[in-house]
This record gives sequence, C-alpha cells and structure tokens, in this order.
Amino acid sequence: EDEEENLGLEAWERSYADDRSWEALQEDESGFLRPIDNSAIYHAQYRRRLRATARIQKGLIRYLYIVIDLSRAAAEMDFRPSRMVVVAKQVEAFVREFFDQNPLSQIGLVTVKDGVANCLTDLGGSPESHIKALMGKLGCSGDSSIQNALDLVHGLLNQIPSYGHREVLILYSALSTCDPGDIMETIQKCKESKIRCSVIGLSAEMFICKHLCQETGGTYSVALDESHFKELILEHAPPPPAIAEFAIASLIKMGFPQRAGEGSISICSCHKEVKIGVGYTCPRCKARVCELPTECCICGLQLVSSPHLARSYHHLFPIAPFDEATPSLNDLHNISRSTCFGCQQSLLASGNKAGLCVACPKCKKHFCLECDIYIHESLHNCPGCESLR
Amino acid sequence: MASAPSKLYSDDVSLVVVLLDTNPFFWSSSSLSFSQFLTHVLAFLNAILTLNQLNQVVVIATGYNSCDYVYDSSSTGNQSVGNGRMPSLCATLLQNLEEFMNKDEQLGKQEPEGRIACSLLSGSLSMALCYIQRVFRSGLLHPQPRILCLQGSPDGPEQYVAIMNAIFSAQRSM
Repeated sequence: EDEEENLGLEAWERSYADDRSWEALQEDESGFLRPIDNSAIYHAQYRRRLRATARIQKGLIRYLYIVIDLSRAAAEMDFRPSRMVVVAKQVEAFVREFFDQNPLSQIGLVTVKDGVANCLTDLGGSPESHIKALMGKLGCSGDSSIQNALDLVHGLLNQIPSYGHREVLILYSALSTCDPGDIMETIQKCKESKIRCSVIGLSAEMFICKHLCQETGGTYSVALDESHFKELILEHAPPPPAIAEFAIASLIKMGFPQRAGEGSISICSCHKEVKIGVGYTCPRCKARVCELPTECCICGLQLVSSPHLARSYHHLFPIAPFDEATPSLNDLHNISRSTCFGCQQSLLASGNKAGLCVACPKCKKHFCLECDIYIHESLHNCPGCESLR
Repeated sequence: MASAPSKLYSDDVSLVVVLLDTNPFFWSSSSLSFSQFLTHVLAFLNAILTLNQLNQVVVIATGYNSCDYVYDSSSTGNQSVGNGRMPSLCATLLQNLEEFMNKDEQLGKQEPEGRIACSLLSGSLSMALCYIQRVFRSGLLHPQPRILCLQGSPDGPEQYVAIMNAIFSAQRSM
C-alpha cells in the first residue's frame, strides 16, 4: 500500500515520505540542533553490559532447553507479524549465536501447545537441525502450561552427565498457565536438580515466572518490542555464572578425531549411509561421524576438534575493560595519543578538542569507542598488549 | 559482531592490509635477503594500486618488540615525499619502515637462546582487524577488505590464544 500512496508524490518527495528525519536531531548545550550522536549511546550500553559480566566462574558445557509457548496467546499481533513468528526468527538467530559462543554445548527444543509439552528436537550440537525443525511446526492453539514443560525438561535433563550445566529458557507469551498439579512442587524439583530456569515474557510480568526464576537462580525479563526481545534473548548466549556446588573441577574425557582419508569408503553412524572421503573417525571405537562437535553414537565419547575448544578460551582469559580517558592538551600534540592505536582514527573531536576515548590499563594505549566495543565483544585481544613483548 | 550487509563497489575494488615480518633474527639467517624481499613487496603493492584507482593498501610491520602502521595509501600526506628517483609509495614506506625498525631495536636488546624467536603476529593481526572494522563503519560503499600475512618467523606458542581469537573474529566478520 505504501508504494501506491507514494506514486502521487514527486520523486524527491518520495525519499522523505517514510523518513522522520526530525527525530534524528537533538539540541546541544547552546541551543543548536545537531544530529544524534549514536556512538556515545552504543558505548554507554556496551559499558553497562560489560559491568554485568564480572570475573566469575562460568559454566562452559551447557545443556540448554528452549521452551517455546505455542498457545493461542502466541498468535497475538502486537509483535509484527505475530508473536510466534518473531519468536521463531529470534530463536534462529539465538541458536546460531549460542553455538558460536559455546561450541561444546547442546540445545534442545520443546513446544507447549494445547496444554501439552512436546519435545521438538533432542539435545544436539548442530544448529541446522534445530532451525529446520522449528520452522516446520509453527501452529498456535490452546493453553499454555509451565508445569508440563518443566516436568518434561526435568526428565530429559536428568540423563545428562554431571559435569554439564542444566538450563531452561522459557519464551512465554501467555498470561496464565493451566497445570495438572502443584507447580510449586515442580519448581522445588527443578531447584533440587540444579536446573537454572530463565523466562523471557512477551506480554506482562507474572508472579509465577518471577518466583520460578528466583528459586532456580535464573533471570526473568519482559520484552517491550522486537528489538528489545532480541537484546534480551541474546543476553543468554554467553555462559552464565556457575552454581557453586556444580563448579567442582572434574576431568572430562573427550576425543579428537582425525579426518577420514581421501577416498576411504565407510558407512557413517549418524545417517547410516555410505560416505566417501568426508567425515571423521572416532579415536576409541573407529566409528565414522559426519560433523563435529558431536557424541559418538557407538561408544558415547564426546568428539570435538581443537578450534572448538579455542572458541571458549576468551571466556576463560577475558581482557580487562578499558578505562575512560580524556587526553590532556599536552597529549594532543603527541601523535601516538591523538590517534586510536587499533584503527588509526583521529581521537580529536571537531575543532581539535579532545574527544571521548578509552585506554588499556595494562599497555596504556588509547583506543576509540568503536574499537573498544569491537575488541571486547568480538576480538577479545587488546592490540596494544599483543604488540608488546 | 557481524558486518552490516552494506554495498560493495560494483567493480573488483579491494583493500589489502599487508603484515610484513621484520624480525631481524629471522632475516639475518634467511637465504632471501630483506632488501630483495622488499623489492618484490613494493612491486606487488604498486601493482595493486595500479589495477584499480579505488584500491587501497595498508602496510603494518610485525616487529620483534612492537608493531606499527608504516603505510596507508588513503592518507593524504603521502604526496610530498618524493625525491625524484623513486615514486612516493616506495619512499614513504621505506622511510617509515626504517624509523620503525630503529625504534623496535631500541625497545629491547636481548637475543633469544637457541632457535629463532617469533615476531608479534597477533599484535599486527589485531590492528589489521580493527582497521578493517573502521572501513566497515565508514559508510555504505566500501572496498572488499583482505589481509595478507608475509610471515617468516616461526609460531610462538604464547600467541596461540590471541591468534585463534583473531581468526574467529575474522570468520564472524565475513
């Protein structure tokens, strides 16, 4: 419909038709209008996120069940086009981000429809199989039941090894729960099994969700709109703090399979098909598997490759947050203090005044705000510290 | 943090970040001399800049005690340095490289025992990735970036975690 409305306008008018450019302005201290400086806002958000992740022990081998509420409340259209479509899209992004940050962990999907909880996919390490299964089953109807979901997940999570961290993430659209029994008992059972339950609500805050999260040590949040929901769900991708009783160091047996030789023919144990050349061989039982990381179907050994372990190192060896610094007037004449060490961007604001920048507490090099965000969220190396012997 | 799906130029425009290994302990025992190596590198850089007017080249030196930028084809201060016998690319790069290597030598004099010591590849790789992120931020139209490491020194085990982190970050930015 938008295109039809725009046809009555001139070409130059069309480019402004959807553009609320007055919203991108704000007044500065002398009353002049300036465009909104987004970089300072992103940086402030990033600093808040950084403070939240203090230096505490985290669980790296996670077994997470995502419970998706497919009751009739999920067909509400306050999230465009409907809550369930938004949830499915964000779960897909979350699953990919989760496996990127936690390659040794596994996810399973559970749906709640007509008051009954069903296991959509079993615990597994491959993002594609979960996403494919989710996209196929998106019909909503009936009531939602937290107790049934928790009972199902509790039974499934009891089978995992003791070194794994058990988690549930419930994406709840409904405002009620229809339970067959006493949900407080179920919550107690989950607490005793050390399952960490978190909830993200899409409608309003509910007492029972808040109570569940408080008892089990999870987090409860309610999304205001789609971008807020995306932010909330991605907060669950990095590993959460480990529960104290769980955090005993134990030795875990893992296998590092070799790539199968070129032209070698065998039947793979995951698809039961003949494969030529591709795949890996389990070091203990010599069974063929197609992709890593996975659990060997024959002998149950965890199979990983060393880059998968290397992806988790930044959780174990995090870099210190940078301190905010404003270069003094003397520093500005020193070329090394007036450009960002990482990207060589000038740190001077307009008019040769000192702009906002940060400095590494160890190597004392200065960086711009955007490099600060990139270094702490993606790169996990300080270029200044790495450039010193 | 994935790069935004921004438009690239329609032609084959590239930004090449070259990481030059300047470890003196390696070059003193190599069969190829450092000056011969530099001749080939300068010819290569000239070729890239000639292929397309919009191509950019950045050179970062990977030293033994430090790393630093030695050449950026998009910075405007390059035109003045030309002594009539060499194009300004070569003159600027060689001058900056010489300054860098003098500073690098001053920073530490101890010689490694036994085998050849490694150079600081993780530092220059991290700087190259920060520069490329800045290019992604610069707007909708940007050249296709890539990193070329010219490395002769052996790997240092203490740099394993940093180099793996840089590799994963580069994978995510693709």
